[in-house]
Amino acid sequence: MAKLLRLVATRLGLGLLTLLVVSVLIFFAVELLPGDLAEAVLGQAATEETVEAMRRQLGLDRPAPVRYLEWLGGALRGDFGTSLISGAPVGEAIATRFANTLFLAAYAAVIAVPLAILLGVLVALLRNSIFDRVANVATLTSISSPEFFVGYILILFLSIRTGWFPSNASLSGDMSLTDQLYRAFLSALTLVLVVTAHMMRMTRAAIINLLASPYIEMARLKGVPPWRRIVRHALPNAWAPIINVVALNLAYLITGVVLVEVVFVYPGIGQLLVDAVAKRDFPIVQACCLIFAATFILLNLAADVGAILTNPRLRHPK
Amino acid sequence: MSDAREVLLEIRDLRIDGYTGEEWQPIIKGVDLTLHKGEVLGLIGESGAGKSTIGAASMGFARDGTRISGGSIVFDGLDLTTAGREEKRKLRGKRIAYVAQSAAASFNPAHKIIDQHTEAPVMYGLQSRAEAEADAMALYEQLRLPNPDEIGFRYPHQVSGGQLQRAMTAMAMACRPDLIIFDEPTTALDVTTQIEVLAAIREIVERFDTAAIYITHDLAVVAQMADTIKVLLKGEEVDEAPTREMLTDPKQDYTKSLWAVRSFKRQQKPLAGPDEVPVVSVRGVSAAYGKVKVLEDVSFDIHRGRTVAVVGESGSGKSTTARCITGLLPPTRGEILFEGQALPPRYTDRTKDQLRHAQMIYQMADTALNPKIRISEIIGRPAQFYSGLSGAALRKRVEELLELIELDPAEFYDRLPPELSGGQKQRIGIARALAAEPAFIICDEVTSALDQLVAEGILKLLDRLQKELDLSYMFITHDLATVRAIADEVVVMQNGRVVEHGPKDEMFRPPHHPYTDLLLSSVPEMDPDWLTHLLDARGVDNVGSAETAL
Amino acid sequence: MSILSYVFIAVLALGLGYSLVRRDRELTITVVVVALLAALFYLLGGVGSLNVLSIAAAVLMGAAIAAYAFRFLLIAVLPQGGAQVMRTAPLTAAFGMLVILIYAIAGLFAPLIAPYGEAEVVGSAFAMADDQMILGADQLGRDLFSRLIYGARNTVGLALMATVLAFIAGAIAGLLAAVKGGWFDQVMGRLADVIMSIPSLIFALLILSIFGTNLGVIVVTVAVIYSPRVFRLTRAVAGNIVVMDYVEAAKLRGEGDWYLIRREILPNSTAPLVAEFGLEFCFVFLLIAGLSFLGLGIQPPTADWGSMVRENATLISFGVVTPLIPAAAIALLTVAINFVVDWMLYRSSGLKEGQG
Repeated sequence: MAKLLRLVATRLGLGLLTLLVVSVLIFFAVELLPGDLAEAVLGQAATEETVEAMRRQLGLDRPAPVRYLEWLGGALRGDFGTSLISGAPVGEAIATRFANTLFLAAYAAVIAVPLAILLGVLVALLRNSIFDRVANVATLTSISSPEFFVGYILILFLSIRTGWFPSNASLSGDMSLTDQLYRAFLSALTLVLVVTAHMMRMTRAAIINLLASPYIEMARLKGVPPWRRIVRHALPNAWAPIINVVALNLAYLITGVVLVEVVFVYPGIGQLLVDAVAKRDFPIVQACCLIFAATFILLNLAADVGAILTNPRLRHPK
Repeated sequence: MSDAREVLLEIRDLRIDGYTGEEWQPIIKGVDLTLHKGEVLGLIGESGAGKSTIGAASMGFARDGTRISGGSIVFDGLDLTTAGREEKRKLRGKRIAYVAQSAAASFNPAHKIIDQHTEAPVMYGLQSRAEAEADAMALYEQLRLPNPDEIGFRYPHQVSGGQLQRAMTAMAMACRPDLIIFDEPTTALDVTTQIEVLAAIREIVERFDTAAIYITHDLAVVAQMADTIKVLLKGEEVDEAPTREMLTDPKQDYTKSLWAVRSFKRQQKPLAGPDEVPVVSVRGVSAAYGKVKVLEDVSFDIHRGRTVAVVGESGSGKSTTARCITGLLPPTRGEILFEGQALPPRYTDRTKDQLRHAQMIYQMADTALNPKIRISEIIGRPAQFYSGLSGAALRKRVEELLELIELDPAEFYDRLPPELSGGQKQRIGIARALAAEPAFIICDEVTSALDQLVAEGILKLLDRLQKELDLSYMFITHDLATVRAIADEVVVMQNGRVVEHGPKDEMFRPPHHPYTDLLLSSVPEMDPDWLTHLLDARGVDNVGSAETAL
Repeated sequence: MSILSYVFIAVLALGLGYSLVRRDRELTITVVVVALLAALFYLLGGVGSLNVLSIAAAVLMGAAIAAYAFRFLLIAVLPQGGAQVMRTAPLTAAFGMLVILIYAIAGLFAPLIAPYGEAEVVGSAFAMADDQMILGADQLGRDLFSRLIYGARNTVGLALMATVLAFIAGAIAGLLAAVKGGWFDQVMGRLADVIMSIPSLIFALLILSIFGTNLGVIVVTVAVIYSPRVFRLTRAVAGNIVVMDYVEAAKLRGEGDWYLIRREILPNSTAPLVAEFGLEFCFVFLLIAGLSFLGLGIQPPTADWGSMVRENATLISFGVVTPLIPAAAIALLTVAINFVVDWMLYRSSGLKEGQG
C-alpha cells in the first residue's frame, strides 16, 4: 500500500511540476515579443515618451522573474491582471465564460462517455463483423472531419432547413436549465460526434487487446460463458485503459471546444481566447492558455492516477 | 493393457488450417489419435509440428487464425467438430480441462487464485462455494503447495512460477475432469522447479485416474509422464508406440534420429599448463543493475583452444558475466584480462582490436540477425570494418566464411535472414563472429532455441571450428547435456556466485557441491523410471525443498 | 420524392430479398437497419430528409464503385509485388489512395486546371453557379472552384511542409535518444512531455498571438507542437529495435551511432514511421485548417480552405451548401489518409485481431 501511495504522490508531484513549467513557458513566451509589450500595444504611432509611460504602467521596468511571481501569485487567487484593450479585470471576464465552457464540455461528456464506452465494447465483441467494419469507417470519417465541418452540417440540416434547434447558442444567466440545454444542443452534439468516435476506437482497441490475453483464453477453456468472460474476467482488468480513454478524450474536448464555440457563437472561454489573440490582448491570452493547459494537465494526471489505482498488481503487492 | 479400457477421445483424419495473412494453409494434415480412459498420451515434436494445435482441438477449440477444416473429434460419443457452441462450452472445464504453458499469464491478475479455482465447479453446480474452497485446499495439499490453506487467497503475482503451475493443475482438477490437456506445462521453468511440478502432475493424474494429453518438445520429460508416445512432424504423425518400446526400439528413421542426438560427446582436452597465460581472465568481478547486486566476486580463466561451460538456472548471473566480459555492463569491482592485459571496463573505451577479439553468438538467431540486411553484408561488415577488405577481396572472404560454416555461397550470398531456417540463421551468426577473426567467442545458449537435430549440427560445427582455428569458447547454458558434449571446464553459478569450478570429468563425478548435485540430478533422463527413482532417492518430503515459500 | 429516393427504396428491397434467399444473416440485419433509418428520417423530416439520405447513399455507392475501379486499375498496372498487395487491400484503402492521387494532381497542376486565378475577381459577390463558374462565386466574386483547386496547393502544401519539418526534427531526436540513451534520452523525453502537456491549438494560438501570422511562423510553430509526438513514436519503435541482439552485435563491433541508425534501425522501422507520417499529416492539416478557420492561418487573398469556410459562413443561414464545400475538401483528404494508414497499420499488426 505504501508503494501505491508513493507512486500516486510521485505522479501528483510530477503533474504539479509540469504545470509550473508550463506556466513559466506561457509567461515568458510573451517576453519573446519583438520589441516589447509596450511597443506592441501602442503600435506604429508610439513616441519615445508614450512607450516609456506605457512601460511603467505595465510594470515592465521591473525584472521579468519578479513579474512572473506576481502574475503566478495573482493567478492562484483568480486575479489575472487587466485587459490591454478594455482595461477591465481579466479574472471577471473569464469567470462566467469559463463556467459556460465547463457547462458545454460537461454536457457533451455526459452524453459521449457512456455512449462511446457502450458502443466501443459492442464493436469489440462484434469485431470483424459487418457492424465493426461500418463502425470503423464511420468513426474514421468522424475523427477526420474538422469540428467546424460537423458543426456547419448540423446547423444546415438541424437548424436552417428544419428549424428544430437554434444555430446561435447564445446563453444568458436568467435562462432555465432546459432552455440552456436546448440552446446549446447543437454545440454539444458536434463535440459528442467527434469525441465519441475517438473514444469508441480507443475503447475497442483496449478491449480487443485485453481479449487476446492468455487468461481470457483460459477462461474460455474453462467453459466460462461469453458475458461472464467480459464482466468477470475482462472488465476488472479494463478499468485502467478505459479511464485512460475517458480522460484523454475529455482533455481532447478542450481543444475542440474552441472551434465549436466560434462556430456556434457560444459565449465561452474559447471564443474569448480567439478574440484576444486577434486583438493581441496578452493578459487575456495568457490567462486563457493557463486555464486550458491546467485543465488538460489535470485530466491527464487523473488518467494516470486512475490507472495506478486500478492496477491489481499495485493494489495487492507481494 | 490400456486397449481393454473404454475409448474416451477418438480423433480421425483431423485437418486444421492456419491463416497466413493472405490464404489458409494446412497446419495439421490428417492426424488420428485414440485415447482411452485414464491413459496418458505424450505428444511430442519439434516447433511447428502442430502439437499445441492438436491439444486445443481436443477441446473442440481453434485458436484465432486457425480453423478445423476436416475430420472428426469424438469425445465420449460427442463429435466436437459438429457440436453446438453451448454443448462444447459445457464440456470445457467440467469434463476436459486445460493447463497452459505460462501459468503467470493464464491466471487472471484481478482475482485471487482460489476464486478462479472455484469458478468452474460452482458455475456447473457441482459444488457449493464452501465445498469448492475446501476441495481446492485439499488439492493444494495433495500437490504439495506450501501453506495449502492460505496460498489460494493470494493473487497470482504473489506466488512463484512453479507454485502457480501446480495451482493451475489443481484448478484443472477442480471438476474432476475425464481429460486434461497439459500444454508444455514445465517449459518455462528451471530444471530444479520442473521436477516438483512433474512429480505433482504425475501423482495427481494417477490418483484420480484422469486421462491426459501431455504436450512437450522434451523427450526425457515425456518419458516420465506418458504411457504412450506419439511423434509429430510438420502436422503429420510419424510414429506412435508405448513409451518403453518407443525408447528402446524406435521404428521410424526420424524417431531414431531424435534419440541419437544425445550421443555426441567430445573428449575433455588436457588441462592448460600452469604457466600458460589464459586468453580471458575474469578476476573477482562484482556487478549490479542499479542497486540490485547480480554478481559477487566471480573469477575464472579461459585458456586457448578450450571451452569453459558456465551453467546455472535463470537468474544465476551467467549472462551478466558475459555482459561484463563484453563491456556492456562495467563491473563495480574486479577486472577482465585479455591475454594478461586488463581491458577497459566499458566497451566504448576499448580499441577496435580489443573488440575484435571477443565475439558473441546469441541464443535467438531471429533477433541476432538484422532481418533487412543481406547475408553478404551481415558477414561482410565485420571483415570490412576490422580488416578493411572491400570489393572482390571482401566477396572472396564472405564466400570462404560461408564455406567454413557449411553453407553454399552461391545459394546464400544474397539471401535475407527471414528466408533461412533456424539452424541456418545460427550458422550465419557463427560466421559473423568468425569474420572478425577473434581469439575468443561467447556462445550464449546457442542451441537452446533450436530443435535437437539442428542443435547437434551446431555443436559439431563449433567443435570443428575450435580445432581448426584454435578458438576459445565461453559456453553459457542451462542444459547439462550440452555441457557433457562440448565442455573442457565447467563453472557452476548460483545467485551471482561461482559455487563450483573444475574440469568436466571431475564435475560429473561425485562428490559435488550440494547445488551442483541438485542441478545434475534434476536433469531428466531418457529412462522412464528416472523420476520414480529420483523421488525415491530424495525422499518424497524433500521434493519441495528447492523452491521455498515466499 | 426524387427519382433517387425511389431507386434507393428499390435497392433496399432487392437487397432484402437477396439476403433472405442467400440466408446471409449479416446482410439481412444491415438492410433492415438501413431501412429503419430511412423510415426514421422520413417520419422526422419528411420527403426532404429521405431525399438527402438517398443522395448520401448514392454518393457512397459512387465512391465504392470508383474505389473498386481504381483498385482494379492498380492491380492491372502495378508490377507483381504491388499488385499482390493491392489484391488484399480493402475498398476503403483503395478509395483513400484514389482521393490522395486526385488531390496531388490538383495541387501540382493547379494553374492548369483552375479556370481562373486564385485572387481574380470574375463575378459579383456570392454569384450563383453557372456555366462559367461551376460552384459559383465567393464573397468578393472570385471563382470558388478555382480557389478550391488552388487551396489544394496552398493548404496541403503548407501542412506538408510543417509535417516534414516536424517529422525530421522528431524522428532524428527519437532515433538519437534511442541509440544514445542516458541523459540525452531523459532530457528529450521530459521536453516532449512538457510540450505535449499544452493542448496543441492553445499552444498555436499563444505563439501566433506573439509572433503574428506569417507562413514561416505557422510552419515552425506547428512543427514544434507536433515533433514531440513523432519523437515519442520514433523513440518507442527504435527502442524496441535497439534491444535486439543484432544491434548489440553492431555496438560491440564498435560501430558509430550514425551507422546504427542508418543500417540497423531505419530499415526495420519504415512501416510504422510511414504510417505515423500519414497520421501526423492529418493532425497538422486539421490544426492548420482550424487556425485558418479562426482567421489566424494563411492570410488573404491566398486561397485556403479553412479561411474559405470562414469567409462564406454567412451563406449557411440561407441554407446554401457552398461554405461546406471547402470544409468537405479538408475532411475528405483526412478521411482518405486515415483509410490508407488504417490499412497499413492493420497489415503490419498481422493477425493480432483474428476472428473470435
